[in-house]
Amino acid sequence: MPEVKILEEVCKGCGLCCDNVCPENILILTPDRINSNGYHPAMVTDMKKCTGCGYCFKICPEPAIEIYK
Amino acid sequence: MKMIFGRPLGLTETLQRYCPGCGHGIVHRIIGELLVKLDIRERTIGIAPVGCSVFADEYFNCDMIQPPHGRGPAIATGLKRTRPECIVFSYQGDGDLAAMGTAEIIHAAARSENITVIFINNAIFGMTGGQMAPTTLPGMKSTTSVKGRDIGKQGFPIKVCEMLASLDGPYYLERCAVDTPRNVIRTEKALKTAFANQISNKGFSMVEILSMCPTGWGQTPVQAKKWLGEVMAEYYPLGVFRDLSKEEK
Amino acid sequence: MAEKKLMYGNHAMVEGVIAAGCRFFAGYPITPQNEIPELMSIRMNEIGGVFVQTESEISAINMLFGAAAAGKRAMTSSSSPGISLMQEGISYIAGADIPVLVVNVVRGGPGLGNIAPSQSDYYQATRGGGHGDYFTITLAPNSAQDLYEFPRLAFELAEKYRNPALILADGLLGQMMEPVEFSSKPIDPKSLPEKEWALCGCKGRERRVVRSYDLKAGKLEVLNLRRAEKYAKIINKEQRFKTEYCDDADLVIVAYGTCSRVSDAAVKMARDKGFKVGLLRLITLWPFPMDVLGDMAKKVDNFLVVEMSNGQMIDDVKLATECRSRIYFHGRPGGGVPTPPEIYKRIEEVLGGAR
Repeated sequence: MPEVKILEEVCKGCGLCCDNVCPENILILTPDRINSNGYHPAMVTDMKKCTGCGYCFKICPEPAIEIYK
Repeated sequence: MKMIFGRPLGLTETLQRYCPGCGHGIVHRIIGELLVKLDIRERTIGIAPVGCSVFADEYFNCDMIQPPHGRGPAIATGLKRTRPECIVFSYQGDGDLAAMGTAEIIHAAARSENITVIFINNAIFGMTGGQMAPTTLPGMKSTTSVKGRDIGKQGFPIKVCEMLASLDGPYYLERCAVDTPRNVIRTEKALKTAFANQISNKGFSMVEILSMCPTGWGQTPVQAKKWLGEVMAEYYPLGVFRDLSKEEK
Repeated sequence: MAEKKLMYGNHAMVEGVIAAGCRFFAGYPITPQNEIPELMSIRMNEIGGVFVQTESEISAINMLFGAAAAGKRAMTSSSSPGISLMQEGISYIAGADIPVLVVNVVRGGPGLGNIAPSQSDYYQATRGGGHGDYFTITLAPNSAQDLYEFPRLAFELAEKYRNPALILADGLLGQMMEPVEFSSKPIDPKSLPEKEWALCGCKGRERRVVRSYDLKAGKLEVLNLRRAEKYAKIINKEQRFKTEYCDDADLVIVAYGTCSRVSDAAVKMARDKGFKVGLLRLITLWPFPMDVLGDMAKKVDNFLVVEMSNGQMIDDVKLATECRSRIYFHGRPGGGVPTPPEIYKRIEEVLGGAR
């Protein structure tokens, strides 16, 4: 089972990974959390659905995403 | 569990200062990965431009030099000719490569210097605050073309790949984009080819990359990637403009 | 005895650069220094060096920046308008503390000017030339022999202080033929030590960065203050000059390059007529030999500054002597070259009946 780890302090909340990137559509920007830079970091809504395709990582400019398998 | 995607060793630990949704970071990550995958990190000298990515000398985990605006290809020539065993890449934005450094890029390409050039085209001057670039689209708004680029007064954009493809010198020219995962993967392949060409002494390779500048464009990151795909890539078509390896076969 | 050969000043310079272990030349043709790139293109090919004819002087100086940042001895030559184009690059190179050699075979200016010998780039050479707080070590040859020897000295000083060095010649020196003695053993570039700052790939060490900027608050000030210490050290240690008949002189001519040779003949004419005239020939223009001038000003009443310009170096003579002596000027701007009788006449005017 792949696991996506969002580095919340690195994420700038740009939302690129949340818009038509994840084939399973399981990434959103956290509506209720703010990191120390003032950004809403991305989060995974349903890790079980992750296939580990890496698309979210590839579009991430920071990169603030790590994927483990 | 093993990490299958993550920050490559070709990047330093320094966090990037780019704006949210900026395409520079995506290209940095790809180069950082290639330095490791191609096992060239320890013999690579990178050249940062003047512009937002002037800070690239802090981000790439290899020897770096920061030249005057636009002069990257000349610096690269000096480095590569004296250290042919090193891999030399010049990372340049559109103001750097297509305005100030127009002569340097054309002549480095014409001489077919054995270097790799990464050209970030975001159609705007990012660092100085969103002024018109040589690549700003007709009608596109910037802080020095507030009603949109007026081609009658401000002329036409420069299509760099097309221009360099008119020369005999370049070995490899491709235009890619980083707006979708599919295009990012295409960019990864193109950059890998551009570095591999240098490793096997093929000569001048350049990859132009259409890249988002949400701040300069006055858009959200998500709007910016859509605009890139729908408008910018229409004006600057993606594809291979020169690949002499095809003729060698 | 070492080998002696009759050769053009510009050709002597090429051999001197190669003997100094330099294997990288980039440049753009401009009169009156074209013999340098022409011979370089042949010689670098023979010895496995690099010769690049560039698209502009801007590109040439930046190729030097790259080659020198890679730790190799690298040089370019040009003439006044081309050197103006290089100023951006020289400023960056100075800001990155990289040693390079730039040769200016000066011609008449401003603008396109003419192609006659001149010394009107003195201010540009000795005040940094481009933007920012910096200086370039500046040497002034006055013979083909100097043109052969000074490249080695220039590289040594440039590397010792990690600073760009300039050789300020002129069209006359470059175009005239003189016997040159190949006095010292050529340096094998492989024998030169690797620089601890050179870019060559980070195998087995921390990565290196060559840059001329620091945007963090206060950092650039620290860097520039450190550079000021370096300049003070150069000023303290590297002032070079030659004196002739100065001990009893009522008047000392101050000159460099071609003017120092012409003045030499004028001094001999004056001595023959009984005038006590000496010559101070400057070899370094930056650092300016101000100490010797300061000492001389204590006992010499008159200085005559001879320049092929409207008067630029005269400012430094005034500063160095603190205006304690009378300072006269004889200048030929726009490509004019003074003759010995012309200078002698000026000596006569100044010293009048003091014979």
